[in-house]
Amino acid sequence: MTTMLNVKDLRAYYGQVQALHGLSFSLNEGSLTTLLGANGAGKTTTLRAICNMVRSTGVIEFQGKPIGSRSTENVVRLGIAHVPQGRGTFTNMTVEENLQLGAITRGDKKNIVADIERMYDHFPVLKQRYTQQAGTLSGGEQQMLAVARALMLRPRLMLLDEPSFGLAPLVVRDLFRIFSKINREDKVTILVVEQNAQLALELADHAYVIETGRIVMSGNAKDVANNEDVRKSYLGY
Amino acid sequence: MELFANQVLAGIATGAIYACMALAVVMIYQAIDHLNFAQGEMAMFSTFMSWQMMQWGVPYWWAFILTVILSFAGGILIERLLFKPLAKAPVLTNVAGFIALFAIVNSVAGLIWDFTIKQYPTPFGSSPFLGSQLISTHQAGMIGVTLLLLAALYFFFQFTRIGLAMRAAASLPESARLVGINTSWMIALGWGMASAIGAIAGMLIAPVVFLEPNMMGGVLIYGFASAVLGGLSSPLGAVIGGFLVGIFENLAGTYIPGVGNELKLPIALALIITVLVVKPAGLFGRPIVKRV
Amino acid sequence: MSAAEEVVTEAPAVEAVPKRAMTLGYGTSLVVLAALILTPLFVKNFIIFQMTMLLIYGLAVLALNILTGGSGQFSLGQSAFYAIGAYTTAILMEHFNVNYALTLPVAGVICFAAGFLFGQPALRLSGVYLALATFALATAMPQLLKLGFFEHWTGGVQGLVVTKPDAPFGLPLSQDMWLYYFTLAITIGIYIASVNLLRSRSGRAFMAIRDNEIAASAMGVDVSLYKTLAFGVSAGITGVAGGLGAIAVQFVAPDGYTITLAISLFLGMVVGGVGWLPGSIVGSAFIIFVPNIAEGISKGLSGAVFGVLLFLVIFLVPHGARQVALIAQQLAAKLKKN
Repeated sequence: MTTMLNVKDLRAYYGQVQALHGLSFSLNEGSLTTLLGANGAGKTTTLRAICNMVRSTGVIEFQGKPIGSRSTENVVRLGIAHVPQGRGTFTNMTVEENLQLGAITRGDKKNIVADIERMYDHFPVLKQRYTQQAGTLSGGEQQMLAVARALMLRPRLMLLDEPSFGLAPLVVRDLFRIFSKINREDKVTILVVEQNAQLALELADHAYVIETGRIVMSGNAKDVANNEDVRKSYLGY
Repeated sequence: MELFANQVLAGIATGAIYACMALAVVMIYQAIDHLNFAQGEMAMFSTFMSWQMMQWGVPYWWAFILTVILSFAGGILIERLLFKPLAKAPVLTNVAGFIALFAIVNSVAGLIWDFTIKQYPTPFGSSPFLGSQLISTHQAGMIGVTLLLLAALYFFFQFTRIGLAMRAAASLPESARLVGINTSWMIALGWGMASAIGAIAGMLIAPVVFLEPNMMGGVLIYGFASAVLGGLSSPLGAVIGGFLVGIFENLAGTYIPGVGNELKLPIALALIITVLVVKPAGLFGRPIVKRV
Repeated sequence: MSAAEEVVTEAPAVEAVPKRAMTLGYGTSLVVLAALILTPLFVKNFIIFQMTMLLIYGLAVLALNILTGGSGQFSLGQSAFYAIGAYTTAILMEHFNVNYALTLPVAGVICFAAGFLFGQPALRLSGVYLALATFALATAMPQLLKLGFFEHWTGGVQGLVVTKPDAPFGLPLSQDMWLYYFTLAITIGIYIASVNLLRSRSGRAFMAIRDNEIAASAMGVDVSLYKTLAFGVSAGITGVAGGLGAIAVQFVAPDGYTITLAISLFLGMVVGGVGWLPGSIVGSAFIIFVPNIAEGISKGLSGAVFGVLLFLVIFLVPHGARQVALIAQQLAAKLKKN
């Protein structure tokens, strides 16, 4: 199996404050990996560092090529879609415009319309609301829109930052089922940062646990789920 | 009653000037979230360039088109050279930069073309329009061009990908970068377009106010006021705002005793502020909800 | 939330300056003070006059700094308050024979009231809208002063001539030198008062509003009161500066107080460093001397030279003199270590 993303000795800084202290991990092509950790452990920072949205040092390789010096938009153009925390929805634009923005860098204009249709298959609720302002959608719908917008890029790798945040449990289940489907059917490698560890570990095939800016455990998702420390700290039993 | 109607008509004629300038103001505000105090001077400089071309024998419409293209490139150049390096500087430092640009452009234009007033031609002629003494064919032409420009802008922003990308970059720069939009170039493009629209405004205004380095001072203030009145996020609002300001200015001059030419501006501004106190986002602007 | 609204976490227009970073250290303050006291003894009268103007504009920039750097509100209308102060002093001195020193507190109080009142409608406005409103005030003021209605008092377009005061108690000082020291004393007094104001409870309220208005109101800060208060204080200090200016220049006329003055004061604030009170004097020096320097370099292109110099300053130090001071401080700390 080939490596999709390889991160070595990643250190990130907010001003004078260091948030990541030499993080190393890698993602296999086609995998669904989850990054677990408490508040402030550096999960979001890790995703932001991959997209060069925070000052960082270290090596980040995407499909074997270093991408650390690329600007955010150029990282995205390589096929790395990032669904940020808070979803980043363009609230004053319509649902359809949001989807078109997801594909704004693509040259194959013909396929975009077909892809939008495909998103409506994935998320039927978006179809009902395609002319509506995105700001009027509910939280769960906006999260679906954010995921759909990211998929419009036809990404090789998708970074999801706390997709369950603020959503009802049932909605979260649906959403994760879709992630799984995207991962299997569209062959998109996924890295998902989650606080809902139980659900994330159920679906993922690989897991990393991060504490105060360092990786403290990694392995097969099932093994991690069975680890006693993880169970006590993140799963609560 | 006839006096009233005539003053309204005259107001619409002056309003066309403001509307045209207000469009340029809205354009730059959409791109950089700020009013560019040097915008009027940039438009004045463009107008002088077209005048110079005509002096060299270039026909009006060729000079017009060339000037628009050059202004577009010039706007981008100014952004890349002077304001991109200031992107991370505090907002008020950027405002100081606009003032510096104002001083430079004004002074250079004065040196090249001196401060004497020059006649500027109009392609529409200046006979009375449809027999009305208050509105000339030039002013009617100007209203037409403004509306055309408005339609073009609407089409650009609603139906082109690059227009969509510009809107996205303006409303949420970080999200825009995350879908792969180069927001820095969108800002440069905004400068270019604003500069080109400003050039069109300048060339249409010049036959009315005459050509000289300080011609845009007053016009820009009214342009700002119109754009603010209409709501800075709406090109349509800016144009309507321009006409309203023109009409009000004329009516105030006619009906309020003691209002000479000098007090017209403060009174027009006072009205706008009153409107803003009631509707802080302007007449057609999108209200902005702030959170902590 | 409806669709037609945009929700933003507004980035404060003015970056936060910590309270402690708003002043100079004791040592530096004493050096600056000594320089300000001793220099006039060795220079010509014209230079003393320029130094007086330096202090006066410094005061006006300081006033704007309290408003913008302190409470985050923006004003292009300071020239209007400066004009009110100047005319108050001139009218009291020439029509009512009031002692010049007594006119200044009156100018301050009248301007405080004017600023406080103007702050009321301005409450609903922020950013560019507030800029436009204050701009309107600045453009209206010269026109109002010209109105025939006030002409008996203001002298209309002609303006008023103001008598320059002699040194009191038979002190052996020239008029210029006396006025300089008089201005210096007032400037120091207002500077110390301003520093204390910003360090006080009210100052903390101003800064809370500057950094996040909604959060400030949630913490129980009376946002309306403090915002209008900031306008009032700022206008009051500007009024005193205007009064002093009228005495120093010995003349008031409507066209001396146009929008150009307000823009100059704004530039002074940016060059000095927004929110850094000692920078006000640096900014004042910039707006007094740089136009002269530009004129000296090229008469025909003085505006362009001024613009280029301004660009140079903001490119090199986008945070103004405050940034220079910080760099100097770091260098000094390094030297001490070695």
